[in-house]
Amino acid sequence: MRYIEPHGHMVSRVTDDYIDMVTAGCACVCEPAFWAGYDRSSVNGFYDYFCQLTDYEPKRAAKFGLPHFCWLCINPKESEDVKLAEEVVALIPKFLDRPNVLGIGEIGLNKNSRNEMKVLEMHVDLAARHNQMILVHTPHLEDKLKGTRLIIEVIKRDKRIQPERVIIDHVEEHTIKLVLDAGFWAGMTLYPESKCSPARAIDMLENYGSERLWLNSACDWGVSIPLNVPYTALEMKRRGWNAEDIDKVVYQNPLKFLSQCKKFKLPKA
Amino acid sequence: MTRQQVLDLYFMDARFKLIELAAFLDRVDRAEGQADFRLDAFRQAVGELDGNKPERAKQVLLAFSDPTAEPIEKAPGKGAVGAWPGKGG
Ligand SMILES: [Zn+2]
Repeated sequence: MRYIEPHGHMVSRVTDDYIDMVTAGCACVCEPAFWAGYDRSSVNGFYDYFCQLTDYEPKRAAKFGLPHFCWLCINPKESEDVKLAEEVVALIPKFLDRPNVLGIGEIGLNKNSRNEMKVLEMHVDLAARHNQMILVHTPHLEDKLKGTRLIIEVIKRDKRIQPERVIIDHVEEHTIKLVLDAGFWAGMTLYPESKCSPARAIDMLENYGSERLWLNSACDWGVSIPLNVPYTALEMKRRGWNAEDIDKVVYQNPLKFLSQCKKFKLPKA
Repeated sequence: MTRQQVLDLYFMDARFKLIELAAFLDRVDRAEGQADFRLDAFRQAVGELDGNKPERAKQVLLAFSDPTAEPIEKAPGKGAVGAWPGKGG
């Protein structure tokens, strides 16, 4: 089988994960900018991180034959400090021309605060000014429903943004319809303890169809399973899905969305 | 899938999780001291499993969700606890 991992924080993973992913049929990995698990102390920390995402990590992935792409932003978890966020947003354009940068992400909300909203609007404006695609993180647990609604309002308000060039990630049963009805793509994140299990993700695919949807593992430095996309493909097979329909969800759909960025090219298989 | 196929594939897993859930509630009962809003939300969510209502997973998620619409003044921290503490919580 072949699949795309459209959301993996590979800088926090070990080389064994790269080997396992490639062995399982991974055709490329896309890495949104993320919180480090601690707050970076200045804009220089982001400069270094963006260099890691656009220079060092693609080289590390290439050692295992895996194309690596990334998205840039300051994560909503660090958005309470608006002044720092302004400095980071001002820094990002220097990196947008790098060959593996797909757009702005993962932006969004965490606790749904006023400052997080301000920083989200700054990122949406940045994407619009530079004609960039957007990848959005929605909040955790009890904050997800409200955060998803607020995010949709903010992005819809900016008429320069085409919804089909935006993916809103980490949807669950109570938010998937809001996102799809608004014309966006939706991502389902397969986590062992929160977000979505393989079984529930397949339920949602069966209930809502597989248009404008993708699956990801969102593997990072927390509890997560880098192979959860192929594991879910296996579960789809056990549930009677045919190979073509599985391929559409785990390969063709992310390929279709990501190919809207001209820099997204996969080597011929 | 037929209902038989769903049961074949998922019954043991669901049975296991249901017993875990029952044992969790027993454990909470046996423990001392005050519970908090999380247990109230949990009991409300468990109620969504009853009967033949559609979209149970969605209803359980809604039972744990912040239903308000306005952004909050300032993020109190970075984490989420899984249930909404209510206004002023
Ligand atoms: Zn992520």
